[in-house]
Amino acid sequence: MDTLAILLPIAFALAMISVFMGLCSYSVLAERKVSSWIQGRVGPNRTRLPLIGHIPILGNLLTGLGIFQPAADGLKFLFKEEITPGHVNKFYYYLAPIVALAPALTTMVVLPFGRYVDPNGVVQPLVLANIEIGMLFILGISSLGVYGIVLAGWSSNSKYPFLGAIRSSAQMISYELAMGLAILPVFMWSAAPGSEHGMSLFGVIEAQETVWLALWQPLSALIFLVAVFAETNRLPFDMAESETDLVGGFHTEYGCFKFGLFFVAEYAHVIMGSALFVCLFLGGWNFLPGLANPWGDGLFGTVLSVVWFMSKVFFMIFFFIWVRWTLPRFRYDQVMSLGWKILLPLAIANLVFNTLLIALIDTINA
Amino acid sequence: MIDILFYVFAATVLISAFVMVISPNAVNGAMAMIVSFVGTAALFVLLEAYFLAILQVLVYAGAVMVLFLFIIMLLDVNQGEPSYLKDKMTLGASIIGFGLVVVLVCSAFLGGNHLPEPNLLPVVENPTGEGVGIPFTTSIKSFGYSLFTKYMLPFQVAGFLLLAAMIGVIVVSKKEEEHS
Repeated sequence: MDTLAILLPIAFALAMISVFMGLCSYSVLAERKVSSWIQGRVGPNRTRLPLIGHIPILGNLLTGLGIFQPAADGLKFLFKEEITPGHVNKFYYYLAPIVALAPALTTMVVLPFGRYVDPNGVVQPLVLANIEIGMLFILGISSLGVYGIVLAGWSSNSKYPFLGAIRSSAQMISYELAMGLAILPVFMWSAAPGSEHGMSLFGVIEAQETVWLALWQPLSALIFLVAVFAETNRLPFDMAESETDLVGGFHTEYGCFKFGLFFVAEYAHVIMGSALFVCLFLGGWNFLPGLANPWGDGLFGTVLSVVWFMSKVFFMIFFFIWVRWTLPRFRYDQVMSLGWKILLPLAIANLVFNTLLIALIDTINA
Repeated sequence: MIDILFYVFAATVLISAFVMVISPNAVNGAMAMIVSFVGTAALFVLLEAYFLAILQVLVYAGAVMVLFLFIIMLLDVNQGEPSYLKDKMTLGASIIGFGLVVVLVCSAFLGGNHLPEPNLLPVVENPTGEGVGIPFTTSIKSFGYSLFTKYMLPFQVAGFLLLAAMIGVIVVSKKEEEHS
């Protein structure tokens, strides 16, 4: 077998993981900076790297922005003393952080983040694997992420983590339903008969060349956004780790690097959720609604499409942080009733309405 | 390459299924069952049935098993029930069952026998009316068309059965209101 054909995908995958992990650490920094900005504080501004930090003006500027802070955070997690409490179930205690992080990193395999035009003039996505069932793949793999939380809570053998795990698994099961039902109308519109793309994310983005689905399907977008917040366990849905009543939630008994893995997994979920929302509802790398893409077919156009996609993702990450530091937390029963009594019926009604609309259009056209 | 992967995943499925059956600890059993489901999904991928594979993960590993784990943890069924193997009835039943499987496999594969190979016919007529029918493939389109045309009745009946089960659960679990 051709060695290059094996090595190249591995190299791409490693590159993507590096970029993704870099994004994770810098979204932690973004969270700290945005929260301090919202609360009228300064945020991290002291960490200084020896050489770069001492360049006259630039060094002070970068230090003030906290650019070197993620390195300090990561090293702190690595060099702290590893403490394993005596009352835990060792095997599952060590397994849980891995199970939490792995699905979040696996889903990015099917995430398209840019486009290029191949020598035959066909537009192709920049993606590790452009499979027909990309969206289902993401839903399936991310539904495995709940095991990390459940196992962490159970293996800790302690009441607060356990309560956090139970809450979070109930919440994730509830919101997965609304999430899946909210996505269906998107694919009913984007994968019209004769479309070759099936449920791949590339097909959805291509279908949004003229109008973004957030404008065409605002209800789906809203339900999906709320469900993503619930699935990533972010405030106002952070039932799993609500500090005021559960100490630290499912990771109370975790310290140093194992806690770091949970932390990174949360931000990986946030980034994936943002990227998914951009793909499904904000037109991916397409320019603005109603305007043709201004970039050309060459390498430069490819780079611009990636940059435009990434800036949308950054905006969504900022939106996640913004909501976290603005809204108060729901009560647990409010979360459940919002999921089952409001979002689920709304999603079903939205699906039925769109089905009828498509049937009506088909009947008129036929 | 694919052969090696098949053996790896098949061994994973069998070993984890076995661990699931004999494990005295309910959480260990549930985790082994999840591994077994994911391994089955990997076998589907090797058969290029990506849709089935992802449904296996999404429905069984991702949803059903979360509920199982949830119940196990809430009821805390770890104590008691040391091992099922001590029960003579269970042991006898599993030996007889295993013997039947051995007979089945032997009669199917020994002496040049092999499983009947189905003819892959077009499953349904093409709804656009062009050309021949939709061929039997593993793509979602093929599943969708056949589910909503040829297999519509079984599909609906299955849905009805699930509805009946759901109503049954509601009836059983709902407590009678006290008349004051």
